[in-house]
Amino acid sequence: MSSNLKILVADRQIVRPGDILAIMEQKIMKPMYNPEKHVYIYEDKIVSAVLGLASITDNDVSVIPLEGRYFPKVGDTVIGLVVGVGITNWILDIRAPYKAVLNAGEVIENFSPITTNLRDYIDVGDYIVAKIAVFDRTRDLLLTVKGKGLGKITEGIVIEIEPSRVPRVIGKKGSMLNLLTSKTGCNILVAQNGVVWIRCKDEKSSEIAVKAIRLIESRAHMRGLTEQVRMFLDKELA
Amino acid sequence: MIEKPVLIRDDGLRHDGRKPEDLRPIKMQVGILKNADGSAYVEYGKTKVVAAVYGPREVHPRHLALPDRALIRCRYHMAPFSTSDRKSPAPSRREIELSKVIREALEAVIFSELYPRTSIDIFIEVLQADGGTRTTGLTAASLALADAGIPMRDLIAGVAVGKVDGVLVLDIDEVEDEYGEADMPIGYAASIDEIMLLQLNGVLTPEEFRRAIELAKEGARRIYDQMKKTLHDKYLRIIEK
Repeated sequence: MSSNLKILVADRQIVRPGDILAIMEQKIMKPMYNPEKHVYIYEDKIVSAVLGLASITDNDVSVIPLEGRYFPKVGDTVIGLVVGVGITNWILDIRAPYKAVLNAGEVIENFSPITTNLRDYIDVGDYIVAKIAVFDRTRDLLLTVKGKGLGKITEGIVIEIEPSRVPRVIGKKGSMLNLLTSKTGCNILVAQNGVVWIRCKDEKSSEIAVKAIRLIESRAHMRGLTEQVRMFLDKELA
Repeated sequence: MIEKPVLIRDDGLRHDGRKPEDLRPIKMQVGILKNADGSAYVEYGKTKVVAAVYGPREVHPRHLALPDRALIRCRYHMAPFSTSDRKSPAPSRREIELSKVIREALEAVIFSELYPRTSIDIFIEVLQADGGTRTTGLTAASLALADAGIPMRDLIAGVAVGKVDGVLVLDIDEVEDEYGEADMPIGYAASIDEIMLLQLNGVLTPEEFRRAIELAKEGARRIYDQMKKTLHDKYLRIIEK
């Protein structure tokens, strides 16, 4: 993007589709969409394409969406619910517009469809922590469970949050998540598709962790949220 | 036949007391439905419309999916109780046409190429009809899409201009539509200054047409500002709470 931008919005301001965020020096005639920034460029204007919060960094402007479904990206860690078992693969619902496929060879060594029944390993209704291995929009996406911390969920609780709130629950450089884990003593995994896996020592702390995450979800666009959550956790845990 | 009512009174005001360039009182709300990804409720005077948006989601039936962009489906429907005579709930010729023109207006602003092989489904339900249901529906659908977080070039505000008793008037209602000489609904994206929907029923001279477009744009801009405010206020309300 150009070096000379005239930015028209304030940081963390609520913006809507069609709101002009900044004026550039040069002109581009064909509307160009920038998927990472959720803005598009038209003529000499940078315009918001979604309902969200403006984010200004180093003379550049982008929008953090406040609404919207999860859209997959290669390398994302997701938690999927198994919805189907095939001959050589499992079908997972990862709350995206596309089905996710987990091949049996990922899970079972020397897999042969004649000798093994996939239901003995993973069945419908199981939650799986996986990474997106292949996704090019033309075919259903492929998952992998090869990696640290990936695989079937056997303990703890799983809750769903709005995918657009995931960055807030994690916080800047993981600050919010660190706060949650250190205060409650729970092990919390926030998947990119808005599914959260919580493992706690006792029920009380898991209850508090869920409440805290719901608090973050409902107030995602507020300033000083980390402080509020800290106060909430101190009060609840006292 | 019922006698034609007085549409423009002697004092120059319309039958409901509005000036020619006045809109009806407009109410808007977003996020009213829990199960939809995005939703909106819009009132133009006595016309009341609910819109709901689902998606992007998997296409059913599968063979309708497009390989290069999202399939946008739109259903405009009038509730049986929306008119004074019961309307059959089956989609009429008119409703199928309006579904099409509203869909085409929205297709022009949605970045559908971001979501190949998916569908974005828009449902517009007219609860009470008093003229201008397609424009109210378009405004509501546009708000619901924004509420669903779907990337768009701009919001679209719908408004109609009519010619009654030789006078160009903004945002015509049922009576003015029935007894007037012309009805011209438009969908206007104010920020990018583009007209996304334009229909004309009746007769206007070229000069009247130009003036009508200007009047409609002016009215649409006012509605557009209110749409932006409605989306902004949804989050402001949560902050204040």
